[in-house]
Amino acid sequence: MVGTAIARALSRYDLAVVLADAANDVGTGTTKANTAILHTGFDAVPGSLESRLLRRGHALLAGYAAQAGIPVERTGALLIAWTPEQLQALPEITDKARHNGYASIRAVPAAELYRREPHLGPGALAALEIPDESIVCPWTTPLAFATEAVRGGVRLRLDCRVTGAQPEAAQTGAHLIRTTRGTLRSRWLVNAAGLGADRIDAMLGGGGFTVRPRRGELIVFDKLARPLVGSILLPVPTAQTKGVLVAPTVYGNVLLGPTAEEVEDRSDTATTAAGLAALLEAGRTIVPDLVREQVTATYAGLRAATEHRDYQIRVDAGLRYACVAGIRSTGLSASLGIAEYVVDQMAGAGLPLKERDGVAGPPAMPYIGQAGVRPYQDAGRIAADPDYGRIVCHCERVTRGEIRDALASTVPPADTDGLRRRTRAMNGRCQGFYCAATVSAMMTEPAMADGPGRPA
Amino acid sequence: MNVDVLVAGAGPAGLAAAVELRRLGAGRVLVVDREAEAGGIPRHSAHTGYGLRDLHRVMTGPGYARHYAQAAARAGVQIRTQATITGWPGPRTATLTSAEGIETVAAAAVLLATGCRERPRAARLVPGDRPPGVMTTGELQQRVYLLGQRRPGRALVVGAEHVSFSAMVTLAHAGADVVALVTDQPRQQSYAAFALAAAARWRTPVWTSTALRRVSGRGRLDGVELADLRTGAVRFVGCDTLVFTGDWIPDYELARLAGAEIDPGTRGPAVDTALETSVPHVFAAGNLVHAAETADVAALGGRHAARHLAAALRPGPPPRAQRIPVTVTAPLRWISPNAIRVGGPPPPRGLFLLRSEAFRRLARLEVRQGDRVLGTARARLVPERPVHLDAGWIARADPSAGPVRVTLR
Repeated sequence: MVGTAIARALSRYDLAVVLADAANDVGTGTTKANTAILHTGFDAVPGSLESRLLRRGHALLAGYAAQAGIPVERTGALLIAWTPEQLQALPEITDKARHNGYASIRAVPAAELYRREPHLGPGALAALEIPDESIVCPWTTPLAFATEAVRGGVRLRLDCRVTGAQPEAAQTGAHLIRTTRGTLRSRWLVNAAGLGADRIDAMLGGGGFTVRPRRGELIVFDKLARPLVGSILLPVPTAQTKGVLVAPTVYGNVLLGPTAEEVEDRSDTATTAAGLAALLEAGRTIVPDLVREQVTATYAGLRAATEHRDYQIRVDAGLRYACVAGIRSTGLSASLGIAEYVVDQMAGAGLPLKERDGVAGPPAMPYIGQAGVRPYQDAGRIAADPDYGRIVCHCERVTRGEIRDALASTVPPADTDGLRRRTRAMNGRCQGFYCAATVSAMMTEPAMADGPGRPA
Repeated sequence: MNVDVLVAGAGPAGLAAAVELRRLGAGRVLVVDREAEAGGIPRHSAHTGYGLRDLHRVMTGPGYARHYAQAAARAGVQIRTQATITGWPGPRTATLTSAEGIETVAAAAVLLATGCRERPRAARLVPGDRPPGVMTTGELQQRVYLLGQRRPGRALVVGAEHVSFSAMVTLAHAGADVVALVTDQPRQQSYAAFALAAAARWRTPVWTSTALRRVSGRGRLDGVELADLRTGAVRFVGCDTLVFTGDWIPDYELARLAGAEIDPGTRGPAVDTALETSVPHVFAAGNLVHAAETADVAALGGRHAARHLAAALRPGPPPRAQRIPVTVTAPLRWISPNAIRVGGPPPPRGLFLLRSEAFRRLARLEVRQGDRVLGTARARLVPERPVHLDAGWIARADPSAGPVRVTLR
């Protein structure tokens, strides 16, 4: 997420940029661990870099999403107190929000809370309303950044794991970056490797932080559960975690999670019986009717936490190196704020920024949310191209035209998981019972690579 | 577009109903299906055994699907495939989306026959990694029989009911070495002959009292952790394909969006003995109201619904549909239909269908309304297998005496 945002920011200048990722797609690391919320940063640590970049990132991403067609819904959030101790904590949270420059927070008494959220479980005492907390599509966002970057000349290298970095022997001032796809030579190096950021930092002589992966498991409920929840329902945070929340998704599902568990293994994104049971237990308290609905998906991601509370961002002019690490769970919301800050710091450290000719601006991304108009709902688009009327994934109402567009896009999917993230196909309640065979066959259908405008 | 009857779903129930409606003189009957071909699930069930009760012959799944699609076409039924009902702007008015555009179809009556599907791994909350190679029987059969894909390597089947053995045959056909069928139940739930044939022909055992604890494999499936429920011992079994079978759930989205009341047992729309839902002139039949029965039972349900739907279409004041709810208690899981229509017909085939969550060799079912015993019956209970209850007692139910309860004595 942060890497694509920085690549996008750099693509506006006259620079030769390579965006390398160890995975076969963008946005598959810590990006996958997020709760798809566009945070205001009301509850960040006041005065921290995270607080500042979250506030800035929220404003920037809200504007960018509107331009690029990234699904966003301003549902607002309700931070709910369930115990007298939590009730006592609410004024402190309000103060903190004000210190973070967020003044729209307000107290909501229990009666109003239950009027707004009639399916809320019994026992809520009061809440705080944070009207600008929004839900956002976590897949379209990094894809839009990567698409804009690639169209702006950034070379995207996937399946390209960094294995070593050292100064070039010839004293040219370049970094020699060894990867699983060959050696790259670059004057500047930006380390936005998420869970692997400390390892790359160590190659550059760092060592000021260690990534401590924190696993978060989540449960996604059926779309028929969507009417049960109006806003993002937050718990009162503790020192350890923001706690388990219930939130609508922009696709029309309901999300329950995350757990927070420190793990050793940086690739262990398995769900656990204990984690899922704990989530259902929490869900039963928050919205009892929710756990009676069917589960559409479960997943887990790893947040790139470190031993430090704040972001670990450092730009070294001598090394021509930017370290952008410890972004924890706020990378989606802060991404554009972080990118702006990092590029600014790099400029201050001597990176020449000359605006390139023909900067195109945000790309128009395929819309996969539920609040706006999807292709199957658009008579005009179907008339112009009947493939937008041919629904192939029934649960998510994904059309043949959308799958074709994704396969022919600037940053195409490498596998069916990539296609799921881009189109929602196979991500619905049947998880492929009806469509997986057909959809995966389309991935190898020659006509699909030709893109729009060709007869099926 | 205006039609007399809109049928959602061109599977056995929907097509059999459409044919019967035309035979009874219904005017415009439109069957809509979102798949490319009419016929429903039998299209990709290559095994034989279809057509026994409804057509009195034995056919393969694809042959059976073709038979009904052709019969419907001959009967003057209009069939629209690759067309999806995407909304209900009115009580019996559907939004239809297809390559031809977005249309509105207004119907005098609607039959929902959207069938059922298997609950996938996620809905069953099976923890672990999430590699590819994990699928339902429905996906497996489409991959193998509609697309001709191979599945070499070791395969494990979760479940030991009829469909589980069907998945095993499909896997063997696709070149897989089927390691075992696993079930957390103490016995398999299909016919003894199937289990014997599996052991003899394919050397595939059924591991009973065995629970799937975890899926393992990053990037690709390595295998699963299985727990022996008798000893608690956990073991790792390697496999390249994992198929979740059975655990049926009705495809109830259209029914819920149409505002039909949902039965908590079947999880399909609640229907009375005429197969009418809580929404007047909206009927439901097939595996949407009893997930899952064989195709012939679904087809006979469709025919039954068609007869009462046709009656509802006749001019004159609509009959007042007074209902007596019918419920079950554990270990019975559900009963279908879920209500008696007072003065109405007995259920399809004169039988209520039930499911049990426990084995009982000689169970005595008792039908009670308050203190009164309306009837009793003997039944053998096997989880996931149909239990039939003769409906001879429905005339004895008192419309003013509250719900009827079927219990185990």
